[in-house]
Amino acid sequence: MESASGQEQPVLETHQLCFSFHSKRVLDDVTMHVHKGQFVVLLGANGAGKTTLFSLITGLYASDLGQVFIGGSDLRTRTQQALAQIGVVFQKPTIDRDLSVLQNLRYFCQLQGIARSDAKTQIALALEQHSLSELAGRKVMQLSGGQQRRLELARALLHKPELLLMDEATVGLDHESRTAFLNSTLQLCRDNKTGVLWATHLMDEVASADYLYLLHQGKIVAHGTIPALLAQHQQSTLDGLYRHLVQTDVSTNQGPGA
Amino acid sequence: MNAQHALRCLYGIVSRESLRFLNQRGRFFAALVRPLVWLFIFAAGFRSILGVSIVPPYQTYILYEEYITPGLLGMILLFNGMQSSLSMVYDREMGSMRLLLVSPLPRWYLLLCKLLAGVAVALLQSYVFLAIAWFWDIHPPVFGYLLVLPALVLSGLMLGALGLMLSSFVKQLENFAGVMNFVIFPMFFASSALYPLWQIRDASEWLYWVGYLNPFTHGIELIRFALYLQFSWQSAAVVVVCTLVFLSVAVVGYDPLRGSLARKIDAR
Repeated sequence: MESASGQEQPVLETHQLCFSFHSKRVLDDVTMHVHKGQFVVLLGANGAGKTTLFSLITGLYASDLGQVFIGGSDLRTRTQQALAQIGVVFQKPTIDRDLSVLQNLRYFCQLQGIARSDAKTQIALALEQHSLSELAGRKVMQLSGGQQRRLELARALLHKPELLLMDEATVGLDHESRTAFLNSTLQLCRDNKTGVLWATHLMDEVASADYLYLLHQGKIVAHGTIPALLAQHQQSTLDGLYRHLVQTDVSTNQGPGA
Repeated sequence: MNAQHALRCLYGIVSRESLRFLNQRGRFFAALVRPLVWLFIFAAGFRSILGVSIVPPYQTYILYEEYITPGLLGMILLFNGMQSSLSMVYDREMGSMRLLLVSPLPRWYLLLCKLLAGVAVALLQSYVFLAIAWFWDIHPPVFGYLLVLPALVLSGLMLGALGLMLSSFVKQLENFAGVMNFVIFPMFFASSALYPLWQIRDASEWLYWVGYLNPFTHGIELIRFALYLQFSWQSAAVVVVCTLVFLSVAVVGYDPLRGSLARKIDAR
């Protein structure tokens, strides 16, 4: 889809989002974009506001100020059209542990309104793509952490969303499973032209990003491609870049001499 | 909202709740044992003490067991309504509620589906209870088994909506247990489930009015009248109005713009 100016419209746009929690400003003036087929990383320490931002993008919270557009639809006024275009893997698992893999996938298809015959085809494909075919009849509580995460990813893609939101999706996985999971998400992003917003606090998940947003204490303190950010801030490593940006933000906020 | 999508979603949520219920067999038996204990033990013990004279819809003197059967059906619906709300608090804590709330359908409709799913499970329990009660000489008119269905659905919706409303204000599962104790027991005992309201009036005028104003009383009376092929307009009106009020408050409670939900899902 292209905008009036001829530029491709982002699948996700947030404009100056603000959110307060018990009168404390948790997110402040967050503006960001994710385009089709783009792998965007939102890097931030625990408590930076990543999950709150995801809750605003998915409509679980309503922002105090600002707007969210998903595939051009305003989340506030065209909520259902906007939500239909996103797939989410939340930080906390949202699969039903009492049901089987297949039952979980069927349930999601029904929530998304996918016709039974289409659902059957989509589920079979998803199970195969994510190496879950042999586990289809097994209850979720019998799966390993990695298998459960793969199931969440498979489920999030069943309705072919334009935008995939991954909120600390690798939490609790060992290094090998994390790498495999990240690579399979990247592959999906490239193959299906799905826009991905990947929230993480782990530096080793940042390297593959097409674009990086650094969230610190509820504010985007830097954004750009990794090479551009490294050059701009005269840093040679991502670790160094992160420390530099966060320290700069802290000293800016506390004023000179802090 | 697309009608086909809405129906698929309703079917999905009802199937999920039913599957969860069937997977948890202990829950099924526990839900049945409670009213059966009251029917087999409590009613038998109190039969001679709590004699019931002729009151509508009954045409003649009845055994105490027969009197409390609609009350015990109400008990099943009440516990089930609260149980399904408890599961919503649990789902919210465990995260699966998020999945439901980010589905591309209006939030009021998603909550209504959850409510209907809870009622479907309660109906199954109610008919199994009625079948067992039949062997205990509780024999309402055969057609009553059919007529009681809409009454069970309406009362179940009201009690489910009440639970839904409460769940929207509760932050954690632990707090909900307290709410259940403050709601279930007062509602059940201050109603016409175990004794007719006129008998309560003999003991205390104010307790009579508490029972009379208790929506649960009207849910039970709706069931009692329907089971004996009669219709109580007053009870039906109270149940419908209460359902709408409870559901509306719940929808507002779960609305991120106006409700308390946004502050309930833990922010990080």
